Amino acid sequence: MTEQVLSTPLVPRAQAVNVRGATLRAIYMIWKRDLIRYTRDRMRLVASLAQPILFLFVFGSGLSTALRGSAGGFGGPGSSLQYVQFIFPGIIGMSVLFTSIFGAMSIVWDREFGFLKEVLVAPIHRSAVAIGKTLGGATQAMLQGLVILVLAPLVGVKLTVLGVVELIPMVFLFAFALSALGVAVAARMRTMQGFQVVMNFLMMPMFFLAGALFPLGGNLPAWLAVLTRLDPASYGIDALRSVVLTASGVPPRVLDSLRLTLFGQGLSIWTEEAVLAGFGVLMLALAVYGFRQRD
Amino acid sequence: MSQPVIHVRDLVKTYGKVEAVRGIDLEVGAGEIFGFLGPNGAGKSTTISILCTLIRPTSGVAQVAGIDVLHDPSSVRARIGLVFQDPSLDGQLTGRENLEFHAFLYGLPAATRRQRIDDALEIVELTDRASSPVLTYSGGMRRRLEIARGILHYPQVLFLDEPTLGLDPQTRNKIWDYLHAVRTREHITIFMTTHYMDEAEFCDRIAIIDQGKIVALGTPAELKTKVGGDVVTITTPDIAVAADQLRSIMHLESTQVDGTLRVEVADSASFMPRLFSELTIPITAVSARRPSLDDVFLKLTGRAIREQESGALDQMRNMGRIWAGRR
Repeated sequence: MTEQVLSTPLVPRAQAVNVRGATLRAIYMIWKRDLIRYTRDRMRLVASLAQPILFLFVFGSGLSTALRGSAGGFGGPGSSLQYVQFIFPGIIGMSVLFTSIFGAMSIVWDREFGFLKEVLVAPIHRSAVAIGKTLGGATQAMLQGLVILVLAPLVGVKLTVLGVVELIPMVFLFAFALSALGVAVAARMRTMQGFQVVMNFLMMPMFFLAGALFPLGGNLPAWLAVLTRLDPASYGIDALRSVVLTASGVPPRVLDSLRLTLFGQGLSIWTEEAVLAGFGVLMLALAVYGFRQRD
Repeated sequence: MSQPVIHVRDLVKTYGKVEAVRGIDLEVGAGEIFGFLGPNGAGKSTTISILCTLIRPTSGVAQVAGIDVLHDPSSVRARIGLVFQDPSLDGQLTGRENLEFHAFLYGLPAATRRQRIDDALEIVELTDRASSPVLTYSGGMRRRLEIARGILHYPQVLFLDEPTLGLDPQTRNKIWDYLHAVRTREHITIFMTTHYMDEAEFCDRIAIIDQGKIVALGTPAELKTKVGGDVVTITTPDIAVAADQLRSIMHLESTQVDGTLRVEVADSASFMPRLFSELTIPITAVSARRPSLDDVFLKLTGRAIREQESGALDQMRNMGRIWAGRR
């Protein structure tokens, strides 16, 4: 019986190794694994909504009342815009930012508990891990960002179908850029201890500087203006804000006074998306490089 | 031995001034179960990592399936399966999903993928649990799933680094049954490391490694002949006097192990009556047995391989496992 089994291997061994094909498959599998884990973790889905809700309804609604000046709304005389509506796109951005960085940190977890090894010993190019994790994290972060849109009616933000269609690729590009940043950092991290450091010195500063909670177009102190413009999240949130508030019927004059400027010039959405894309590609390159150096 | 599947010549790996592997030579033939035996830090894991192309050797030659690990690591990787010392499964995915991930990663043809996964699950008897998340599996079940995953892509060699570490003895024996089943069904070479001496008995051949060098290589039976005859263990209230008397009266050198005296004699049956009549001090207990690989290791290195050596490390690993399971 043994003889029979021995003489007939089911598949001829020693096929030529197609590293490129295997790398593409690996990217797809790593992305898919992230999504399976995301959809299976229902608790996380619910829990991840808690923070945006807190920001929108407690922080946002609270400040809305305080900031409603004698002239009426937020954003100058004659404006009916409320603070909570102003920060709504910022909260989408917050959700994307936090999910992207957290998602990337799962690499460190995988490394510590071995799963990453299974991928790293496969006959694939190392770049598959960086690219797969970036795309997986970006997809999760995009979904986490888009889910905030269901809260729009509750804070008086009106959305059009066209506006939502426009938002999907924009949120994805935003999520991609931040996930790539997260992966580039995580690729160089060995332990979860470093995670707190990343939280305190990367994620929170990026959130506060991104103009999620205050307009970047106003008369900020020079040092703060410079820092906010160095934050890639500023460009992502500003672009989202432009689309969301335009769809919501905020007049261009009011909107322009709240938007990001660079050297005194207003930026088009396309310019901002280009900044995000450029940043994302650069970070992805650093992430790929990080994985080639390590392990 | 026809064409060796693993061929290692003069392999050296140094980390700065530390010499982890100090000139290893070995050959493993097709279909062999080869055991790499030694205490922690002896260089086992380093050697296996070099063979798996995870670490570059400092010097020497290492070929797996006829391919040099330095020249074409990708081709080597495609032809080997790996079971790591630490678990590397995704707890949130089901057993089948973990295997699907692997099959896809290694480019198994879609037409036969499902059948192959079913077969692999059957070998390790996990068919029933295939659709449960891995975090509900016991330690032994996870190991079995990792073995199934290791052979999924028809590798020529399956490498296992301490596959039974942290498992209870019954589960360990079961893992061995599966490995023998895998060898028979897949005609695969199995190369494994362990520091459990009793496990080495399940191997066709073993190499004993200590401080980066191979100190003995052969079948378990061959190695045991290195210990002359039988091993007799003597329990007595006064070990020092007994050792003295053994030396002066019976001309035997003894070693102290765990508060007992151990001597090697050619024939224990004729030795026992002499022991009782010639020693003047009381003897509480005597036992004789055929030499084990523990005795071989003791003889070759002058030290016992103690499982306690790995106690702290095992505990840390188990903690890791618990946490990994909680994901």
